[in-house]
Parts: sequence; structure tokens; C-alpha cells
Amino acid sequence: MSQTHNAHGHDHGHGHGVDHDDHLEAHGSMKDYMIGFVLSVILTAIPFWLVMTHQLAPGTTKFVIIGFAAVQFIVHMVYFLHMNSKSEGGWNMMAMLLTIILLFIVLTGSIWVMYHMNANMMPNMSNDGGSVHGMHDMQ
Amino acid sequence: MSEIKATTVPVSAASADISQRYYAVEHHPENGTLLGFWIYLMSDCLIFACLFATYAVLGRNYAGGPSGAEIFDLPTVALNTAFLLFSSITYGFAMLAAQRKNVRATQVWLAITGLFGLCFLFLELQEFHHLILEGNGPWRSGFLTAFFSLVGTHGLHVTFGIVWLVTLMFQVGKHGVTGANYRRLACLSMFWHFLDVIWIGVFTFVYLMGVLP
Repeated sequence: MSQTHNAHGHDHGHGHGVDHDDHLEAHGSMKDYMIGFVLSVILTAIPFWLVMTHQLAPGTTKFVIIGFAAVQFIVHMVYFLHMNSKSEGGWNMMAMLLTIILLFIVLTGSIWVMYHMNANMMPNMSNDGGSVHGMHDMQ
Repeated sequence: MSEIKATTVPVSAASADISQRYYAVEHHPENGTLLGFWIYLMSDCLIFACLFATYAVLGRNYAGGPSGAEIFDLPTVALNTAFLLFSSITYGFAMLAAQRKNVRATQVWLAITGLFGLCFLFLELQEFHHLILEGNGPWRSGFLTAFFSLVGTHGLHVTFGIVWLVTLMFQVGKHGVTGANYRRLACLSMFWHFLDVIWIGVFTFVYLMGVLP
């Protein structure tokens, strides 16, 4: 399946190279963009609707809208940024995976460390007479 | 004489071997510019990751000032999100027009994309202006510092994206959709869609979660 697809892609590319002096590599099709757009509109509208009309409990809403953001992230990557495992010989995907790992370390590390630091500081700081108003809200 | 020759021959043979190993065998991707630009975007992504982490840590430190629920106007944010989403699809149409080498259509779609970008910036600056007038500038609390840094950095990226977009409109008008111009359009396409991806994180984590109790 993939072999025949590759062979076809190669023939197609070759044919173009002969026809035009500068070959323009395709970046998406009308179908791709429309699918991505419609999905994005749906995946954006639902979280806004959930929050603005208070459909669910706040705790549940939080997880649901994070879920929608994650799905929309993938939709944008696939349909707008045309990400797949073959673009640029796989190096696009590799760079993105490395970035996601770094992103995960930066975000979870910061939140985890700061939360614990705050939890450890709280008893003494709250004795100072509320000079750190609002700190107890931090999660 | 023969002794010198005997020493030079192995050296040149060795250097030939080295040059072959370092310059001839390496495989490069077909179009290095797009990969390089992608890696720039990934580094940009890390800047935003740091700003998101700062916001996650400071986002609830109000210092007696207003909370997100008090200052965020969700209908405006929804409108802003719509502007960015529409600008993404119209940029897609510009790319499709460029693939057909249609200069006029490419320029028109780029102009529409730029207008959506300007609408987005206008609403965002209006929001900032409003906050600062009410004394809720970035100096007010840790929450507002983190908010202005994150949203402001995104807005700055959109601003430079629009400058780039206008530049490319003139480039395409002057030289047509040549190979080089198409490569530039493809880079800006990645930049523009990337900003929309960052905005997904902003409206979810800052605005929507900010108004949740």
C-alpha cells in the first residue's frame, strides 16, 4: 500500500519537474484546509459554550476544555501545518517530539516545584498577618 | 626526493578519504529552509512554554487586585479567536492560490488575512488599554504581569507576522510567485498557523480557565 503510494508520489513529482522549471511543492489541499477549519470551529465553539453557559461543574469543565485544546492542537498540526512522519525526511516530527518533551519538563517541573515550595512556605508566611494575600489560592 | 614523495602520498590519500567521508556521503533534506524555519518555530515554542509556566505559577497571585473572572470579557475573546481562525483559513487559500501561481488571488487572500490579523490586534490592544486605564497594568499583581507577558508576546508575534505578510504581498506583486517567493510564503504559513496553535493554549489556559472559579 505505502510502496505503491510512494511510487506514485515519485512519478508525480518527476512529471512536475519536467513541466515547470521551478516546482512548487504542494502545501495542503482545499479539502485539508476546509476539514481543519470546520473541526477547529467546532472544537473552539464547544469550550466557549461550556464555560459561558456554565453547563458543567467547574472541575469537570477544566478537564473537558483541556481535552478539546489537545484535540484542536492535533487538528492544527495535521491540517494546517501538514505535519506527518514523512515531511522533511522525518526531521520535522523529530524536532517536534523533542520540543514536546522539553515543554513537558518545563511546564510540569515549574508547576510541581513551585506548588511544593508554596505548600512548604505557607504555615510561616500566613503568620505574618496576611501580607501575602492571594498566595493560598495558588495551585 | 623519493623520500618526500613517499611522505606526501599518504597525506593526500588521507585527506581525500576525509573529504569523502565528510562532504560526499551526507544526505540533506530536499528543502533545508523549511526544516530550519520549523526548528526556529520549535525554539519559539519553548519561549511560550516558559511564559505559560510563569502564568501557571503566578496566575492566581492577585495581590489584592482583580482576578481573571473580574477582568476577562469572554465574548471579546471569542471574537478574537474567530478572527485568528478565519485568518488561518484565508492564509490557506492564499497558499492554494500561490500553488496555482495566481498572483492576484494570492495578494487578495493575503490582504484579507492581514485584515483579520489587524482586527485581532485592535481588539487585543483595546483590552490592554482598558486594563491599564483602570489601573490594572502589568505592575498591579503577579497574575497581571504573567498575563501581559504571555498575551503581549503573542500579540508581538502577530504584529511581526503582519509586517512580513505585507512585505510578501509586495514581493509577490513585483516578482510573481517564483520558487523563492513560494518558499517565503510557505515559511510565513507555518509562522501564522503556529501563532494560531499558541492562541489555542492562550484562550484555554488563560481566558477560559481564568474565569472558572
